[in-house]
Amino acid sequence: MTDISQDKSALQDDHGPDYAPGTHPSLPPPSSSVGPIHWIRVNLFSSIPNILLTILAVWVLWATIPGLLNWALFDAAFQGDSRSDCRAVAEGACWAFISSRFGQFIYGFYPVELRWRVDLAAIGLVMALVPLLFDKVPYRRFGLYFAAAYPFIAYFLLMGGLGLEPVETSKFGGFMLTMVIGVTGIAVSLPIGIVLALGRRSDMPIVRVLCVVFIEFIRGVPLITLLFVASTMLNYFLPPGTTFDLLLRVLIMVVLFASAYLAEVVRGGLQAIPKGQTEAADALGLTYWKAMRLVILPQALKISIPGIVNTFIGLFKDTTLVIIIGLLDPLGIGKAALADAKWQGLAAEVYIFIAILFFICCFGMSRYSLYLENKLHTGHKR
Amino acid sequence: MKSVKILLAAAAASSIGVSAAWAGTLDDVKAKGFVQCGVSTGVPGFSFTDDAGNWQGFDPAVCQAVAAAIFGDPSKVKYTPTTGKTRFTALRSGEIDMLARNTTWTFSRDTDLQLTFVGVNYYDGQGFMVPKELGVTSAKELDGASVCIQTGTTTELNLADYFRINNISYEPVPIETNEEARTNYEAGRCDVYTTDASGLAATRAVFADPSAHIILPEIISKEPLGPLVRQGDDQWADVVRWTLNAMINAEEYGVDSSNVDQMAQGSDNPEVNRMLGSEGDLGSMIGLDKQWAYNVIKNVGNYGEVFEAYIGSDTPIGLERGLNAQYTDGGLIYAPPMR
Repeated sequence: MTDISQDKSALQDDHGPDYAPGTHPSLPPPSSSVGPIHWIRVNLFSSIPNILLTILAVWVLWATIPGLLNWALFDAAFQGDSRSDCRAVAEGACWAFISSRFGQFIYGFYPVELRWRVDLAAIGLVMALVPLLFDKVPYRRFGLYFAAAYPFIAYFLLMGGLGLEPVETSKFGGFMLTMVIGVTGIAVSLPIGIVLALGRRSDMPIVRVLCVVFIEFIRGVPLITLLFVASTMLNYFLPPGTTFDLLLRVLIMVVLFASAYLAEVVRGGLQAIPKGQTEAADALGLTYWKAMRLVILPQALKISIPGIVNTFIGLFKDTTLVIIIGLLDPLGIGKAALADAKWQGLAAEVYIFIAILFFICCFGMSRYSLYLENKLHTGHKR
Repeated sequence: MKSVKILLAAAAASSIGVSAAWAGTLDDVKAKGFVQCGVSTGVPGFSFTDDAGNWQGFDPAVCQAVAAAIFGDPSKVKYTPTTGKTRFTALRSGEIDMLARNTTWTFSRDTDLQLTFVGVNYYDGQGFMVPKELGVTSAKELDGASVCIQTGTTTELNLADYFRINNISYEPVPIETNEEARTNYEAGRCDVYTTDASGLAATRAVFADPSAHIILPEIISKEPLGPLVRQGDDQWADVVRWTLNAMINAEEYGVDSSNVDQMAQGSDNPEVNRMLGSEGDLGSMIGLDKQWAYNVIKNVGNYGEVFEAYIGSDTPIGLERGLNAQYTDGGLIYAPPMR
């Protein structure tokens, strides 16, 4: 910068140095085309409708943000043992409610002294996901082995057994339940969905018909209905006295539901691959599975990433439906907690808190899918 | 939702004959060491989780009482949160042993759904709440009012009936949950909020200024709420029924958790002596020990104590006894004698 300003002063001098052609240093752009003023003029005040919209937007922000901040932060109570405690110190949000029930929102009814096992499972999940999701991780090979073993480790940690105190799935709840259903649903439905998509495009009639029937049946029924089947109907089909874990039933239904949707997303990707690719693979003498694994699927999955992640995000949010069959996810925990006379009437705090939890997870998935698209893009991007 | 209804209808149809398979619940409960109890997923005062994550409230107290009667320990209960849609199938399929979840005792539930209501622990009824400044003193003056109402409930049907009988009109504002109703009503989007009177009182309790709202005197429906069990296991129904009756009788006879030890030594009232086991052996007649009622009163309390602890006038819910006073005080709470 100093160079330029010196050059500037040099220019103003009539007897400045002479430059050979092509060696004159670049001059700074005129001040009207750089800097914040320029940006504001071009983006906010370029035309009359734009000016009006800008004024409207500023007015909306002006009208809402101070009130929101005041409610959520400045006039909020962070400590107390009941709603009246909160009201005694502040008129705004009563975050003391969330902090006093934080454990329940996260762990549900999991015994307090055993919650470290859930924490450990969560840390394990991160350790399993990192090598799976990113390829430039040190010791990735060991990470992948760990990821393959993780489902068993998580099952053992959460359910107990083999020396750990067993915990029933009826104690699962809160955000942990959301994660269990969401992660299992996502992890199991992806491979099943791919197989179903391949099956639907298969030349073998029985396989194709089975896949079509499965996909169309599951897609034609609302998730709620499947959950009701899981929670109520199965009891009638099974002999009396056999109890088949409710969470397991729900997991199976969620996986079936998500895989049917994924199958269609993946099929969309498969259809976008030109026939020449299959023919080229055939010409090379690749078997069907090799052609799929080495040629078709890598391309098809790459272009289906936005659709796949979309399905995952939808699935993750659909887990809140389990409240209808009496499993208490964060919303259910919130409902039960709001019925406590001590804390009644704090619904806004609960819903905002849960919204933040969900937003973090869904936004994370969305960003990862963008990262993956950028990493995999091979110049076909339009 | 239509498919849901069809499925539920299919579920109901396919279950004929299931109830016969259920007997000996008491033995099962004793063998497994706990009572599996269905509760609601959250009704202020009636069923909620406390800060430690335990289910509490007027309804779970019945479960705790049954556990105390059987095991002498009110904590031997496992709760299954049930919704309005899953509660009956959960009970009939054997997933839960009893349901204590503000459920209205109706003809069809008792007969067609093959359930057995063992008694009434709360007499409720649909009422109206209006802001005081509206100047209304009777529901009959509500002509043309906008009414916040939960859709798909019996409340909706009761409301339509009531306004039709009285030949007045109203404008429904459909809402889904009690919280939603409270926010809408408080924001003035409806003039009137109608639901069960207990719900109205609980809702009013959290308003910034509860005294600015009144609950109109008209109660337009009968909603007797009580615990229920599967049909076909009379012994188990008796255990739950008489646990509830013992709590009610204990209040009538003046036995509460603080004086039950003293009363159990023997008292002037032979009814109390029979109940608490110092005379005769009522417990063995229902497959329990002599101390069963003593354990209920000692650990959970009598009916009045439970009422006051969770929903009474000293709690934020602030319900008056009203219909739920003992018959000796002009209410409907009345239990057959312990003899």
